[in-house]
Amino acid sequence: MSVKSQSIQSKKQTRQDERLKKISPLRVLLNRPELGALGGSILVFIFFGIVAGDTGMFSAYGTLNFLDVSANLGIIAIAAAMLMIGGEFDLSIGSMIGFAGICIAIPAIYWGWPLWMSITFAFAMAVLIGYFNGIMVVKTGLPSFIVTLAMLFILRGATLAITRLITGRTQVPGLRVLIEDDPIAWIFATDTFQWLFTWLGKMKLIALRTDGTPLATGIPPSVIWFIALTLFATWILMKTRYGNWIFASGGDKVGATNVGVPVGRVKISLFIGTAVASTIFACIQVLDAGSADTMRGTLKELEAIAAAVVGGCLLTGGYGSAIGAALGAIIFGTVSMGIFYTDVDTDWFKVFLGAMMLIAVVFNNYIRRKVTENK
Amino acid sequence: MSEYLVQFNNISKFFGKVIALKDVTMRLRKGEIMCLLGDNGAGKSTLIKTLAGVHKPDEGEIIFEDKKIVFDSPRDALDIGIGTVYQDLALVSLMSVTRNFFMGREPQKGIPFFKSFDVEKANKIAAERMGQIGIDVRDPSQAVGTMSGGERQCLAISRAIYFGAKVLVLDEPTSALGVHQASMVLKYIVKAASEGLAVILITHNVHHAYPVGNSFTVLNRGRSMGTFQKKDISREKLLSMMAGGEELDKLEVELKEMDRVAKT
Repeated sequence: MSVKSQSIQSKKQTRQDERLKKISPLRVLLNRPELGALGGSILVFIFFGIVAGDTGMFSAYGTLNFLDVSANLGIIAIAAAMLMIGGEFDLSIGSMIGFAGICIAIPAIYWGWPLWMSITFAFAMAVLIGYFNGIMVVKTGLPSFIVTLAMLFILRGATLAITRLITGRTQVPGLRVLIEDDPIAWIFATDTFQWLFTWLGKMKLIALRTDGTPLATGIPPSVIWFIALTLFATWILMKTRYGNWIFASGGDKVGATNVGVPVGRVKISLFIGTAVASTIFACIQVLDAGSADTMRGTLKELEAIAAAVVGGCLLTGGYGSAIGAALGAIIFGTVSMGIFYTDVDTDWFKVFLGAMMLIAVVFNNYIRRKVTENK
Repeated sequence: MSEYLVQFNNISKFFGKVIALKDVTMRLRKGEIMCLLGDNGAGKSTLIKTLAGVHKPDEGEIIFEDKKIVFDSPRDALDIGIGTVYQDLALVSLMSVTRNFFMGREPQKGIPFFKSFDVEKANKIAAERMGQIGIDVRDPSQAVGTMSGGERQCLAISRAIYFGAKVLVLDEPTSALGVHQASMVLKYIVKAASEGLAVILITHNVHHAYPVGNSFTVLNRGRSMGTFQKKDISREKLLSMMAGGEELDKLEVELKEMDRVAKT
């Protein structure tokens, strides 16, 4: 027996050695979900570096501009990516942004709540709605596409109806004056590293206004949130037990359940995650604009999903990365801003977005075949 | 202390009017491989699910290490040491070997609330365990999808053993495998039993069961046709009990073919 097993083992050894030689470094790289997005973002930067390098797109002000747009999208794209890895979709992200906006604005302006209280209220509502989405999907077994599509309409409708009922309008302005002295609002409304930009301005390294202050005043809060969330989500996915459960839940629900992964709880928490990320997005935008709009966030759910897909998430779940989604968001943000600096008509942006997504899906499909079938 | 590690005494299970199992008795010693044979619809799946704690038996008792046990969930069965490897293996092909090995039971390190999945330790254990069964995992972070069917089966069994299975319930471990792969899995099962595990091997393939089994229980239409020691029963007899005599001729031809293949 032992002799026999040894001979089998040594035969195996030689066979595997043969296989080892065939694995190119490229294949190893291909196994990372964010590879496509990384290549894509490098291409995008090279493209704009050539086409728009001398237009001010890459000045401090221009850079912060496209980073801000990327970061806003990235905040929701990362949450959407985690949910997609967990095997579900959330189409109510955009509507949740609008709803969270009025949850902040109406209590603060019309009911006289302090801003911190209405912000807390908005997050509480997000947790509730996310929980409801999750429990509906888990308990009924219906596709999350349908459940959250219903929620897309319900939330947008409720946002419009409630706002009109209380205010008679579709916009709620007047928040800006409340931000100062509020104990929480600064988290979503402060430009950081202002000293650095002031210093750079004094050194005449960045563009100045006519009054001598720098044009770019600091890193916008969205960028800080974006970086923090990317790191946090990556840590969760790669380095925690919960992260492993997310991959397992999306990869094979039945198998995961059989080995004791609480699939239902994982999915519900991910739905809460997308709703909370939408609310972070809403806080940043509402406090920046100083007003809530019932139409805020329209179609953002699709952009978030597109960024996640470009970032390497599989539509079927179980595969993807937060860094990939972040890069996907950077690609979209950079192109949507960069296109202003070129001679190309901005109307073409959506064409680019669609084409990018198609290429990404085809590429991802190829990757999945490589990962699961290279025997 | 009785000689048996685990006893399933007079287990019956009804689904409405359907009698899925009636008076099935199985007793296993440490280190014993019992093969549970039966054609499709014989009640094998129901019996496995009863052993694994998915179904509660309507009649009969389960005695484990001389204690009467009632399972309320599959988790209970796992906790006392009955590890079931289902046909679908509960492996996620997009995930790495390590992540699959520890799925649901990831080792953690760090301070409370900031605990992280100890990937290095997990990689080490997974590679070590796979090495012990002769599968050289060149990279424990490679996706399970890249492994062969036999290797996946061994991974699932190895996982069940690592997480404390004393009784291993294997549902058709060789049904989807070729001859070479099947022999690799069967060899591993024998090795596991020789280390003191009791193994229940569910199969409808007598050719796979007979060489490795110590005893054989044949199920037919929800009833046990008895448990036989290997010395008391021939391969042919088992076959005819399982499938009914009229199929025997056809199977005999197949058997000769198998022997021929095995010899070459």
